[in-house]
Amino acid sequence: MSALKALTNGFKEIPPLRLVLGLCPTLAVTGLAQNGLGMGLSATAVLIGSNLVISALRNFMPDKIRIPCFIVVIATFVSIVDMSLNAFLPALHAQLGIFVPLIVVNCIILGRAEAFASKNGILSSIADGIGVGLSFTFALTVLGSIRELLGAGTIFGVNVMGAAYQPFKVFGFPPGAFIALGLMMALYNMLAKKYKLG
Amino acid sequence: MGELITIIFGAIFINNFVLSRFLGLCPFLGVSRKVETALGMGMAVIFVMGMTALVTWPIEQYLLIQYNLQYLRTIVFILVIAALVQFVELVVRKISPALYQALGIYLPLITTNCAVLGVAILNINLGYNLLEAVVFSVAAAAGFTMAMLIMAGIRERLDLSFVPGHLKGISLGLIMTGILSLAFSGFKGML
Repeated sequence: MSALKALTNGFKEIPPLRLVLGLCPTLAVTGLAQNGLGMGLSATAVLIGSNLVISALRNFMPDKIRIPCFIVVIATFVSIVDMSLNAFLPALHAQLGIFVPLIVVNCIILGRAEAFASKNGILSSIADGIGVGLSFTFALTVLGSIRELLGAGTIFGVNVMGAAYQPFKVFGFPPGAFIALGLMMALYNMLAKKYKLG
Repeated sequence: MGELITIIFGAIFINNFVLSRFLGLCPFLGVSRKVETALGMGMAVIFVMGMTALVTWPIEQYLLIQYNLQYLRTIVFILVIAALVQFVELVVRKISPALYQALGIYLPLITTNCAVLGVAILNINLGYNLLEAVVFSVAAAAGFTMAMLIMAGIRERLDLSFVPGHLKGISLGLIMTGILSLAFSGFKGML
């Protein structure tokens, strides 16, 4: 598979909506658009790194213990991202909190390692990582923007609704996260059916 | 003692892992179709989370902090959890084949349940001692089980009612969880 095709295929997956993977971070960090973007990009970095290494090592890993191997590789990249965020973007690191180390158990990353990187070349694996990662980031940013807009009347901290807007505070809190993602998924299902996506 | 009761109540009702901390959503939505499977998964999670706290807490205190290796925490914890789940599976199969049958495929699935790694890290972040950590973990897992049982009950009823096509499945499941979470946020003022 060519690298470009892997990238576009990866983008079409839209993990939280179509594959229903990686729900915990999707819901937990999207109170603000900025946090959604940060989480998405962190996961993308881990995904690209782990896809690259796993694809490079795919012929050396014994089949029986491949899952533990994948987890060690992923955990290594998660630690790197965790420490870099802590060093360069401490405010974002504090906001994402426990969900940075929890990228390890994000099913999207293990899923791509198993389904793609362990079977394909290095270049297309990197492309796949970029594609899936960016589509995850896209979904998180959109959900974060919607929740921030309804919950606080702002997007990326910029006030768009005007001073008279009475925010739906609930969208900033856990219940609103579930309801917003549920409705977004229904909308996605509807559009996917209408335009024959997948 | 009062401290422990506060921890238990807080972990089950106020900061419920699923409904307010967003941990363990994949199994929560995945196996909450039937009450029996939800109960099986819940029991396995209670067991594994208690064991995890019991094992990871001493590792953090006596190994990682002692030798200044906290940056290895994520890697060490996930490996310990994976090994622990494997070990628990072997022991359960040997000692109680009936329980092993009942837990079925849920045991291996627990490794990738983010609630387990989450509770190990939360125990450290919240600064609990060993007893508090174990109590907190078991209570959190009990809260997870409770949420899953409620959800399974709701979904069994939903199977019999009319649902608009696009909302079917996970989408409606999430909205129901949102309403459940709204109900549970009523406990917030209690402590």
